[in-house]
Amino acid sequence: MTVTEEPVVEASASSAFIGTRRLRREDPALLTGEARFANDLDIPGSLHLALVRSPYAHARIRSIDTAAAVALPGVVAVYTGEDLKDTWAAPMPCAWPVTEDMKNPAHYPLAIGKAAYVGDGVAAVLATSDVAARDAVEAVDVDYEPLEAVIDLEDALSNRVVIHDELGTNVSYTWALKVEESEGAVDRAFAEAAHTVSERYVQQRLLPMAMEPRAVVSVPQPFGGDITLYSATQIPHILKVMTAITLGIPEHQVRVVAPAVGGGFGSKLNVYAEELLCMALSRRHQVPVRWNETRSENSVATIHGRGQIQQIDLAADADGKLTAVRVRLIGDMGAYLQLVTPGVPLLGGFLYAGVYDIPTAYDFECTSVFTTMTPTDAYRGAGRPEATYAIERAMDALARQLDVDPLELRRRNFIPKESYPYTAWSGLVYDSGDHDLAATEAARLADYEGVRARQQTQNVEGATKRLGIGVSSYFEMCGLAPSRVLASLNYSAGGWEAATVRILPTCKVQVVTGTAPHGQGHETAWSMIVADKLGIDPDDVDVLHSDTAISPLGLDTYGSRSLPVGGVAVAMACDKVINKAKQIAAHQLEANADDLDFAGGTFSVQGSPDKELPLAAIAFGAFTAHNLPDGMEPNLEAHVTYDPPNFSWPFGTHMCVVEVDTETGSVDVQQYVAVDDCGTQINPLIVDGQVHGGVIQGLAQALFEEAVYDSEGNLKTSTLAEYLVPAASDVPSLTLGHTVTPSPTNQLGVKGVGEAGTIGAAPAVINAIVDALKGLGVTNVPMPASPFNVWKAIHGAAAATDTAGTAVGDHPGVTARTTTSGGDEAVANPAGDES
Amino acid sequence: MEITVTVNGATHTDDVEPRTLLVHYIREQVGLTGTNIGCDTSSCGACTIHLDGESVKSCTLLAVQADGADLLTIEGLATDGQLHPMQQAFMEHHGLQCGYCTPGMVMAATSMLQENPSPTEAEVREGLEGNLCRCTGYHNIVAAIMAAAEAGTVAS
Repeated sequence: MTVTEEPVVEASASSAFIGTRRLRREDPALLTGEARFANDLDIPGSLHLALVRSPYAHARIRSIDTAAAVALPGVVAVYTGEDLKDTWAAPMPCAWPVTEDMKNPAHYPLAIGKAAYVGDGVAAVLATSDVAARDAVEAVDVDYEPLEAVIDLEDALSNRVVIHDELGTNVSYTWALKVEESEGAVDRAFAEAAHTVSERYVQQRLLPMAMEPRAVVSVPQPFGGDITLYSATQIPHILKVMTAITLGIPEHQVRVVAPAVGGGFGSKLNVYAEELLCMALSRRHQVPVRWNETRSENSVATIHGRGQIQQIDLAADADGKLTAVRVRLIGDMGAYLQLVTPGVPLLGGFLYAGVYDIPTAYDFECTSVFTTMTPTDAYRGAGRPEATYAIERAMDALARQLDVDPLELRRRNFIPKESYPYTAWSGLVYDSGDHDLAATEAARLADYEGVRARQQTQNVEGATKRLGIGVSSYFEMCGLAPSRVLASLNYSAGGWEAATVRILPTCKVQVVTGTAPHGQGHETAWSMIVADKLGIDPDDVDVLHSDTAISPLGLDTYGSRSLPVGGVAVAMACDKVINKAKQIAAHQLEANADDLDFAGGTFSVQGSPDKELPLAAIAFGAFTAHNLPDGMEPNLEAHVTYDPPNFSWPFGTHMCVVEVDTETGSVDVQQYVAVDDCGTQINPLIVDGQVHGGVIQGLAQALFEEAVYDSEGNLKTSTLAEYLVPAASDVPSLTLGHTVTPSPTNQLGVKGVGEAGTIGAAPAVINAIVDALKGLGVTNVPMPASPFNVWKAIHGAAAATDTAGTAVGDHPGVTARTTTSGGDEAVANPAGDES
Repeated sequence: MEITVTVNGATHTDDVEPRTLLVHYIREQVGLTGTNIGCDTSSCGACTIHLDGESVKSCTLLAVQADGADLLTIEGLATDGQLHPMQQAFMEHHGLQCGYCTPGMVMAATSMLQENPSPTEAEVREGLEGNLCRCTGYHNIVAAIMAAAEAGTVAS
């Protein structure tokens, strides 16, 4: 493809390995069953924890009788929330108080007084075996006073039933991001617009469904108070800080290890009740305590994703050029605020103008509410798939109104590549991009013009198999982030990452990274970066991670941050260690350091090719320390903590071709093309894998998945038999293309890619379905586009158009010449319960 | 109840509770933890093993039902320190990311090719219907199995 900017790469770095499809070193252990996941750990003498969970969505706990359970064989103890309330030094953490006045109910590992969702833990059983603990759960007698469930976001907003009495409201916060060139610019833009669209979409709740459920083992040391927590987590470092605070344990006595972790997608980016309970109870009983989650528990006790009602209004001039964007969201927080629950809508808040060049006229406001459902939190993409869905669906609505091709409308609005680095309306600087190139490549791979031609002959009057093509151009704002930017968003942590590169005496290399991979292949990728930097073989590089005793500093893996922050930190640590080696080489070669070149693992003196010193000799020399420059410390080791200067901004265009059977509502995905640009690719094999998985997760939201609650707040899709994680037979093969537009903000030119597929996919799929049904008057199909939902959309097209478009929040009257409203129906239950 | 099974060529005689599932027996009593548990409804296939040469989800059987059976788990697939051709194909085609579904996926795929050495892509996808993966989107798993079929090194 095309490289539009030269990457800033250190002159000494060759690219023998970067850019190659190197096979993963992680694989053999995983392929042979040798890898140890948390639930595989053999910890003798462990007690097993099992939780009594509320069967009610909302209930006062009148009393808990544990006597029968305690009397069962193997049961060691049973605890209630009241029993343990003095154990906690602080409530469970929410690290993102997005506004000063955000409402955050105290949330403890076991509920005290009231349960607020089905699955909320109300008592904990400790027993000598897992089955004994689970048997005893059945014997705990809890007397509940059931209260009304709140599962609809607009119902929650009305405060008809207030879930947390002490807050007096279900509204957690309202966060606004209004940026205008001058006051009233947004209103003026809408008043003067030639075209406006007003769309309403529902982001259904999703279950992350990492294939490994969570598992925890807490091991106390017999004397001195040290404790080791093994957990299926994405965030061992953050977990160390947060568990120390919550339990009131000195942080230096806590070690957290994430063993092999079976996927996360955000669901293991949290501090969970079971982690805190295992730690607290293992300290109390002075034996290891372990817990493993069943899938049915996972569905209610692990965070959910998405859960938003979106209202998006676009203003455009006569050519379809956007002049303003206005968004109103209601966010579903669930029953409590978990680690970053309230921040998820904010992560999307900057992206509702998508990849388009708009004037400074942007008005975003999100009101987030408590409901009596499992807490939501970051799920692959976290805010950005939601934003991309809204703008990309709305762009298609605008294209329909203008009667221009959706791809052409996008081209009219793309941020031109000449504008990069591009200072957006928000003040954020987008690092690099070439949206037209990615779109052109996607159109080529999808045969866009050919599909349009086939539509002319296929989608004729009376046709029951209708062809559609959907386009989605996206940004993935990732690599959280400059710490100062996070501070401005009230995020409680920084955005840096740590790396240590240690060249051992025999010139083998240890890399210590603060990232915490759980499927992304960091060991392989980081070893390739180091090999190119140092001129050695990747097999001579060991990558250590995910154990706070080995890697004491780090901020872990989420938000597509690992490569653009953690990988870059590794490269910088290599530079630092090379620089030290260079001082030693200069000293030993009796040359000026500025006159030395470093290539292929050897220092040489410019103009004197016979004077050279291999890194291996310097490594051993640094170890013996016999002949170092005055004052230089022995050994070759460098540590870097890198705070990125910017987010990274991957982008791309996805296209989906579908055939919709109008008689059954079934959707056949005939082709899916993803063209992603994540800057320089370290390992294209891994990049492709990330895109494949991401696309299918986004496609699954579009077509299959939905956490369905009934009106009493019971999750009806709590197993993999009911919740439709797609199987191989449900999804298509994918066609990938890439453009390469390196990021100028880091020396590797890299951007993240973990979430790109998911961000781009859902709107491409739904736009394709709506496109296929265009001739039938259908302007909207809700997610998931199940056969029934598609069939309903076809048969209710006219009626749906009449009733949709209910504004969320305050919308000034729109006086534009042409306005269309569309989108998802204002259903009583966004989850589509029994409707 | 006492059962005797062969696991990866070694004979085991153990007392099991009548309610113990085969997967729990393999993990907790035999001590082979490569066979993973991903659900409680026999939906995900992470626990797939071979029983008398046929792939089964080891959560769908009680341990006592396996009495007398010859079991092969993921730990028994590689021989002499060499990955089995299916394992090798998964590695070469990046058919795994987190690796949690992988043991079951590899066992199911191996059994599939033993039954149908030259499947079409559609047959591979149908054949994997009982095994869920959340990371790969299946694209590279399918590619790995197609490549293994092409190489003809799996069928026996």
